[in-house]
Amino acid sequence: MEGKESEVVLIGTWASAFCKRVELALKLKGIPYEFVEEDLENKSELLLRNNPVHRKVPVLLHKGKAIPESLVILEYIDEYWTKAPRLLPDDPYQRAKIRFWANYHDEKIAQAITPIIFSEGKEREKVIEDFQQLLKVFEEGIERDFQGKSPFLHGGNLGFLDLVVGTYACNYQAFHDSIAVVFETEKNPQFFSWLMALKDHPRIKETLPPSDKLATKYKELFLPPYSKRIATIRERYLQSPKA
Amino acid sequence: MESKEVKLLGFWVSPFSRRVEWALKVKGVGYEYIEEDIFNKSNLLLELNPVHKKVPVLVHDGKVIAESFILLEYVDETWKHHPLLPQDPHQRALARFWAKFCEEKVFETAWNALCSKGEEKQKALEQCKEAMEKMEEEVFKGKQILGSDGRSNLGYLDIAVGWISHWLPVFEEVGSMQILDPLQFPATAAWIDRFLNHPLIKDNLPPREKMLVYFHQRSQELSSTAQGWIKV
Repeated sequence: MEGKESEVVLIGTWASAFCKRVELALKLKGIPYEFVEEDLENKSELLLRNNPVHRKVPVLLHKGKAIPESLVILEYIDEYWTKAPRLLPDDPYQRAKIRFWANYHDEKIAQAITPIIFSEGKEREKVIEDFQQLLKVFEEGIERDFQGKSPFLHGGNLGFLDLVVGTYACNYQAFHDSIAVVFETEKNPQFFSWLMALKDHPRIKETLPPSDKLATKYKELFLPPYSKRIATIRERYLQSPKA
Repeated sequence: MESKEVKLLGFWVSPFSRRVEWALKVKGVGYEYIEEDIFNKSNLLLELNPVHKKVPVLVHDGKVIAESFILLEYVDETWKHHPLLPQDPHQRALARFWAKFCEEKVFETAWNALCSKGEEKQKALEQCKEAMEKMEEEVFKGKQILGSDGRSNLGYLDIAVGWISHWLPVFEEVGSMQILDPLQFPATAAWIDRFLNHPLIKDNLPPREKMLVYFHQRSQELSSTAQGWIKV
C-alpha cells in the first residue's frame, strides 16, 4: 500500500456478496479501484483502522475517507459519481420503495440464512420454510409496489435492487451444493425467475465468484470445525431468543 | 401546502413516528396525524403496511411509504428547502451510518436493558454505554449536530438520534439504570439540552409522565415473557 496513490480502494473478500455489490457498482460506473483482499480470520490494521466501529467488510476508501456498510457505500457511489448509469432513480417515491425492499432483503432475507446454516433436521426444515415465506412477502411486495414495472433489470440495466439481490442470491447454487436447498422454483417462482435473469446478465456473470469455488468456501466456513470468528457468530445466534 | 395531502400514521410514544413528525415540522409541511393503537392495529395500518404492520406510515398524494429512516430521506427529497441531509456525499454517508449505528447499538441495547434482568440486563447496559462512547466522540462532538459550528437548524442526524434526549432518560428511570452520565458524555448532555429547547422540538414531545407509566408497563410485560427483544 505504501506509495500507492489509488483514488478508490475497496477492502473486501472475494466470497462476500456485500463486497461484490460494491465492486459491481464501481464497475458499472467505470470507476477504477484497487481491491484489497482481507483475511477475516486475521483482520488487518488497514481494516481495523478504517472500520473501527464494526470491523467488517466492505469498506470503501476514497480521498482519504472511509465508508463502511454496503448500502451506505452504494448510495455514496451514486451520489459522488453522478454520471450514468444511475443506480437509484430520481423520483423520491421510487427511491423510497427501492430502499424499502433493499432493507427488507438485507435485514430479513439475508439474516434468515444464519438460522439455516446453524440448524439441522426438523428445525432446519422449519427455518427454510420461514425463509421461503420471507421470499414470498418480497415477491408480493415488489408486485404490489411496482405494479408490473419490475425494478429488476429495468430497461435492461442493472439498478440498485439488482445489485443488492443479484450479488447475494445469484450464488444460490453454491449454497445448495454446500449447505441446503433454499431457493426452489416451485415455492418462489417469481423470485427464482429474477435470479435466472440476473444470473445471465454479463456484468453479474463476470463479477460473481465461480460456483464451485464458493461452495468449497461455504463448506470451509459453515461446516464444523468452525473458525473462531464463525464460532462466535454461531454462539450469538444460538443464544439469541428465537421469534 | 394543504394539510390533507400528507397523512402520517403514528403512535404517541413511538420515537420512530415522532422523528418523521420532526422532519415534517422542519420542512413546514402540514399533515394530518392519525393516531394508531399498535396493540389493536387498524385495518388502515394493515392495509398500508402489510409487510411490517408498523408505524410510522406516510401517505402523500396517495403514495404510501414506511420505515422511519426511509421516510426522513423521502421528506428531504420531496421538500427540498431546509435540507436535512448535508450536500456532501461523504457527510451524507456518515449521517446514514451513524443513524443506523444509533438504532442498532444504542436503542436496541437500551431497550434490551430495560426489558431484561440480572446478567442479561448488565450485558445490554455495557453494550449500550460502549455504543454511547462512540456516539459521544463521533456524533455529539462532530460537525453535523445541532450547535456544532453555531448550527441552529435541525438536521438528519439530530432527528435520527433525537430519541436519546427524551426517551433514553425515561428508559433509565423505568429501568433503574444509568447510561447518560453527563460527566462521561458532556457533548451528548450539551446537545440534549439544545435539542430539547429547540422551538420545533419543545412542544413536540410525548409527555414524560405518561411515558413513565407506559414504559413501566411495557417493560414488566416484556421481561416476564421469553421474548424481551421487541421494539416498541
